[in-house]
Amino acid sequence: MSEAIQEIKTARPAWRPDMRALSPFIALFALIVLGTLLNPDFLSLSNLTNVVTRSAFIAIIAVGATFVIASGGLDLSVGSMAAFVAGSMILVLNGMGAADGGTLAIGMLAALAISAVCGLANGLIVTVGRIEPFIVTLGTMGIFRALIIYLAAGGTLTLSNFQLRELYRPAYFGAVFGIPVPVLAFLAVAAIASVILYKTPFGRHVVAIGSNREVARYSGVPIWRVTALTYVIQGLCVGLAVLVYVPRLGSATPTTGLLWELQAITAVVIGGTPLRGGQGRIWGTIIGAIILEVVGNIMVLSNLVSEYLIGAVQGAIIIIAMLVQRSLQRER
Amino acid sequence: MAPILKAVNVSKSFGPIKVLDSVSLALEPGRVHAVIGENGAGKSTLMRILSGHYQPSEGQLIWEGEPIRFAGPFEAEQKGVVLIHQEILLADDLTVAQNLFLGRELRRGLLVDDGAMRERAARVLADLGARISPDAETRTLSLADRQFVQIARALLVPHRVVIFDEPTTVLTPVEADKLFAVIGRMREAGVAVLYISHRLGEVKAISDTVTVLRDGRHVTTAETVDLEPADMARLMVGREMAKLYPAKAESTGDVVLVADGIGVPGYVEDASFTLRRSEILGFGGLVGAGRTELFEGLVGLRPSRGTLTLFGEPVQFTDPRDALRAGIVYLSEDRKGKGLLLEEELRPNLTLAALRRFTRGPFIDTGAEDRALSQSIRDFDIRVRSRDLLARQLSGGNQQKLFLAKMMLLEPKIVIADEPTRGVDIGTKQQIYSFLAQLAAKGAAVVVISSEMTELIGLCHRILVMRGGRIAGEVAEGNMTEDAIVFLATGVHDRLAVEAAMPA
Repeated sequence: MSEAIQEIKTARPAWRPDMRALSPFIALFALIVLGTLLNPDFLSLSNLTNVVTRSAFIAIIAVGATFVIASGGLDLSVGSMAAFVAGSMILVLNGMGAADGGTLAIGMLAALAISAVCGLANGLIVTVGRIEPFIVTLGTMGIFRALIIYLAAGGTLTLSNFQLRELYRPAYFGAVFGIPVPVLAFLAVAAIASVILYKTPFGRHVVAIGSNREVARYSGVPIWRVTALTYVIQGLCVGLAVLVYVPRLGSATPTTGLLWELQAITAVVIGGTPLRGGQGRIWGTIIGAIILEVVGNIMVLSNLVSEYLIGAVQGAIIIIAMLVQRSLQRER
Repeated sequence: MAPILKAVNVSKSFGPIKVLDSVSLALEPGRVHAVIGENGAGKSTLMRILSGHYQPSEGQLIWEGEPIRFAGPFEAEQKGVVLIHQEILLADDLTVAQNLFLGRELRRGLLVDDGAMRERAARVLADLGARISPDAETRTLSLADRQFVQIARALLVPHRVVIFDEPTTVLTPVEADKLFAVIGRMREAGVAVLYISHRLGEVKAISDTVTVLRDGRHVTTAETVDLEPADMARLMVGREMAKLYPAKAESTGDVVLVADGIGVPGYVEDASFTLRRSEILGFGGLVGAGRTELFEGLVGLRPSRGTLTLFGEPVQFTDPRDALRAGIVYLSEDRKGKGLLLEEELRPNLTLAALRRFTRGPFIDTGAEDRALSQSIRDFDIRVRSRDLLARQLSGGNQQKLFLAKMMLLEPKIVIADEPTRGVDIGTKQQIYSFLAQLAAKGAAVVVISSEMTELIGLCHRILVMRGGRIAGEVAEGNMTEDAIVFLATGVHDRLAVEAAMPA
């Protein structure tokens, strides 16, 4: 027995780097070099911290999107859902009126519960209704957006209790050992997510369904449950992003989270997860989210391109990322 | 007659691996030249070189006495070399006529000339003896009809050399007969035909010359009249084929499964049968008779009705997971579409169905998975160069073995194997047969669904034959002849159909 194993092991080729996994890291490194060349201030600690902190919302949401996309799904509703959950959380906090830690905890739990329910709704409509996720989440995107406009009566929902805002502030502006809380939050989310995706049967099932749903079904994978759960995870990630978003401005408006779904999908794709599913790269997604923010930052710090064109540059990046992925795929 | 297309000492290497080693072959007008060999013998590579898909690494092609280089399949097609693929390459949403002329639409000015295309399509299809409407949407056609559309498409261009790559894999005996008639007419018209097949019976029946390849090398070229199928098998494998089928063991086990009045809407009506321990029960019939659908319905992969008794208990499976949990595994005929994750490595493929057994706490125990893979590679003789290959990179036979290994991790009591040897070479076939026989000997109940009648006769204790969604009858031990099966499958005695369907 040991002989056979030996033989197979030695047949393994020498270590070769997986370029698909490495390319987002290389791209980020290149951008950092470029940014430093254009403006030495780019490399300052305060600027880098600021950039990474600002990428936290998209990064956390995109980690959830990695699950959905790896399983072959898509969730367009995350931006609207974030706005709706943020608005609901503010209403809950305002409604309770008090300004202690308990109130804050209840508000946070409410936000997570609402986002999980929103995600479950997406998941159930996709699985029980057997409707394309694109259509389902296009629908719920409109619904969540309308709900926040309705709740805010077209205006702004603001955290009214000033003491509560002070109490909550550190969740965005605070730092532990010099690392901003939002950064810690997305690192923790990514760490937990990669354990779930890479180390558990559930994660294996997510990838199997994205790779070939029929094979998964014929193998006895509970495809409906797993699919629905990916949307719940997406919802929870939106909720977590909201927890760090609300203390930043203390308000939610009808334009909160606008186009976040596109940024989240862009981060996932730049990170090396194919849009058709069958693979998920959590840390690539994190890097993708940071790249999006770095690009914007470089454009602000340099005068190469007008910063009004950030959207165009980000759009170009997703296309280039796909081209790079395609050429790397051919090599295999 | 002078050869029209010749390969002279053609070799092909992919990286360090030489898949074709100095092979020569001559195609003559008006003759059918069969190429046979196990999977990996180099048949497909040779065929792709002849049709311009690959360039030879060494050696050359001679076209009517002159050396020639095909830069691509398009150039080969211009000369009149046509390859008919084994896989169906048609756009499902287009009509038959649209598919036939896809990429070479007939035009009138700037617009496509639908009328003319429809008319020519109808004529070509009628010439093939296929009753297919040019206006039918391709997705509504049976697999066999799609195959005919594909052949019609290839024959629309002027052709002098036609290469068939295992064309009868998806055809019923009657349809295969139609195809052989088409090939016969081509031969009379002076076309050179290259015919690649696993089915030695049909090679014997329709070819003039046979070339045998083994491990990328040319073994022999001989007149078909001088070779019997048994000789061909011996030459292909390179050793005496001792016995393709294992000896049949006694099967006197208890009844484990009783199916009564099973119906699958649209496919199967009122199917009843019993299955015993240690028994191999065959299911024969034509493609489309409802065999696959019956068992997919039984295990909950499709909606079904009727009553099912498993080990004396009434059961009803609405979710395939329930059937797996009860110890029934169904190995789909479509191993690429429903059996394996082609873009995944071997390890996750192997353990996907039985992942629950490979966990430690909430996490996957990859060490245990690796050990299971080593075990399966050994037990099932899966031949891999390295274990971090993707499933897609395995040959058909090795994929089938990996698929078997995967489902056997569930330690099933009832195994339903749907076309377990389709597209698999003869050496692997023998291994799969002996594995299924051992499984039954150890006490499992085995169902084999197969379109190869010799396989059913060689392997099974009893054979049930389906026709038009119903079980037409049973062929019992002692009465197992191909004629008996064909009679039940078609309702008519048809000697020709028997010959046409005679496999390796």
